[in-house]
Amino acid sequence: MRVLVAMSGGVDSSVAAALVAADHGRDQVVGATLKLWGGASDSGCCSVADVEDARRVADQLGMVHHVFNFADEFEERVVGPFVRGHAEGRTPNPCIECNRHLKFDRLLERARTLGFDAVATGHHARRVTTADGRFRLCRGADPLKDQSYVVAMLGQGHLARTIFPVGEMTKCQVRDEALRLGLRTATKPDSQDVCFIRSDQGREGFLAERLDLHPGRLVDHETGQDLGAVGAVELVTVGQRRGMGHGTDGRRRFVTGVDIASRRVSLGSPEAAHAGEVRLHTVCWVDGMPAGLCDPDSGGVATSLPVMAQCSAHGRPVAGTVTRVGEELSIAFGVPQRRVAPGQTVALYDFDDPDAVIGSGIAA
Amino acid sequence: MAGGRAYLDHAATTPMRPEAVEAMLPYLADDFANPSGSHAESRRARAAVEDARDQVAEWLGAGPGEVVFTSGGTEADNLAVSGAWEAMVATRSTPPTVLVCSAMEHHAVLNTCRALARRTGAELREVRPGKDGIIDLDALAEACTPEVGMVSVMAVNNEIGTVQPIDSVASVVRQRSPSALLHTDAVQAVPWLDLRGLTARADLVAVSAHKFGGPKGVGALVVRNGVEVRALIHGGGHERERRSGTYNVAGIVAMATALAVTVSERQRTVDRVTPMRDRLGDRLLDAVARTRETGDRADRTAGHLHLRFAGVESEALVVLLDEAGVAVSAGAACSSGAVEASHVLESMGFDREEAGSGIRFSLGTTTTEADIDLALAVVPGAVAQLRD
Repeated sequence: MRVLVAMSGGVDSSVAAALVAADHGRDQVVGATLKLWGGASDSGCCSVADVEDARRVADQLGMVHHVFNFADEFEERVVGPFVRGHAEGRTPNPCIECNRHLKFDRLLERARTLGFDAVATGHHARRVTTADGRFRLCRGADPLKDQSYVVAMLGQGHLARTIFPVGEMTKCQVRDEALRLGLRTATKPDSQDVCFIRSDQGREGFLAERLDLHPGRLVDHETGQDLGAVGAVELVTVGQRRGMGHGTDGRRRFVTGVDIASRRVSLGSPEAAHAGEVRLHTVCWVDGMPAGLCDPDSGGVATSLPVMAQCSAHGRPVAGTVTRVGEELSIAFGVPQRRVAPGQTVALYDFDDPDAVIGSGIAA
Repeated sequence: MAGGRAYLDHAATTPMRPEAVEAMLPYLADDFANPSGSHAESRRARAAVEDARDQVAEWLGAGPGEVVFTSGGTEADNLAVSGAWEAMVATRSTPPTVLVCSAMEHHAVLNTCRALARRTGAELREVRPGKDGIIDLDALAEACTPEVGMVSVMAVNNEIGTVQPIDSVASVVRQRSPSALLHTDAVQAVPWLDLRGLTARADLVAVSAHKFGGPKGVGALVVRNGVEVRALIHGGGHERERRSGTYNVAGIVAMATALAVTVSERQRTVDRVTPMRDRLGDRLLDAVARTRETGDRADRTAGHLHLRFAGVESEALVVLLDEAGVAVSAGAACSSGAVEASHVLESMGFDREEAGSGIRFSLGTTTTEADIDLALAVVPGAVAQLRD
């Protein structure tokens, strides 16, 4: 089996490459680093330092290594929508869109045309093959590093050609293995932030360079009472607390809504910042739509499905009930949850087996 | 080529001429001295450098005092553009305010011009070539106004191999921008063209040893008498205050030797390589549907062939050909090792997708019919696989 390993230059994908090379033979494994961002980043222009780390690890493992330039698609599919989303009052997750469009679409397709059977990545997630040859997508073994949330858009077609070599390992085990192999990335710090946003600039600085920002008004979400000014409505996110001050009762206020057109940001109490329901579009299923949600028009009876829902990369999963609304989903939470900002992804896990992803969608 | 591989990337770099390897060895061993010293050891090294300078000057059609040794083509281009510009600004009563270059220049020129424009506030006019990959002389004439101080047009394009009409370029420049200096990046020209004609028409000419069988890390800039360049690299005042730094004696000697061999064998090389290039091009155009040749073959060096395979991403094709044993290039390599969209093809008016479907096959002195056979055997299948 020929495997293309996506190597970011970090320790997880370095060890993933080493494990795949050990399993399949280094002559069957090729490393690839994606050049996604042409501008400045924390690791230098074009992320040259990260590419160099990946290349040197591949050299050490005796593997061929290539750099694929997907910068045009990254701009079109990830950076552009990220900027436009903010202009329209949404908060997209660029890492998820990068996985959806770049790593598990463009790269999978590139791998296929180059004659590879599978792509391996360093994500902390697990692919489990069932007795009937289907693939389940499960949380990584390390609960603190689990990344199943950011790959929750994958379906059977993707999973059939995807390997997560470090999914069974804890981060400690990954680093130990890297040290044991003497890989130069063994002690490299984890990447924390969006790759194309420099830490000295931040999300706001990045967006300020690419967007016309507009000052707006803060208003009470119930009474409409004016509560003051906000510098740029495009930089405010639903659910945000920072910078929103306190109500007359002394309690902190939260953003409950952003209306770019009228340049109004609604604020409310902690209770108002919670919602019992969220609507999802761009719905993906790991193994097709669960039987409980099948379309009544095709003979089934539309019912609801209990799930565990995770609303952010490191969020705590909460119980909810999913129902279909046309092409979209509605999740009713057992207990009201902090409002999910439009554009954020919600990952759905099996209620009875909360390690298993069943699908995902983007909050409307 | 040995090992079942075909190296068809001579425009990226060439294998060293055995004569050049031989010539440099003494200066890596016994004759190690610094040419700038005052003892017998130094005098021997100095003589070697100056003998090399005489040879390089002769083959480039310049005087020895007109040859400045550099660390390669990129430095030579930087010195030509920025060094000459700085001298003009310092010495002329009416300093120049505009520089002109072709939009298909190598980044060594293009980015130097852009940086200079940014730094000094000068205006940069980039003149696009036609779809044939030849600079548009009417557009050049339009750009060449009296306040232009520097015009840079390459002798041979590195990606598609088109030979630029430097005679006509020089006529336009002299007539319309009489106070402008003309620089030509001749890095790709040396293996294929007699440079003496170029040197006669230009003020500054850049060459790089590793493109003609010399070592990497050494090159030269011809600075015609009467043209001043200010040093970019300061230090002990070597090269008549134009480029400081201890001489790369072995590299300089090897460059001169490689140049001598290249010039003496040039016609034979051209006669031998041209039919191989034509066979490769004709057969591939014939065997692979929806394939186009970039630029006219008549205006091309013997070693270059540039093909566009519609519907194929050249970045992927390079990988497949590498696996099959054929070394070629697509576009220009970025410092990260990624393939950049070709600014050359985009400047010629091709859209991004078409510009991203191009492959450069570049042949050289070591290319054999077996290399061509291997390429012909694997390219059609690789293209078909990627179109599947």
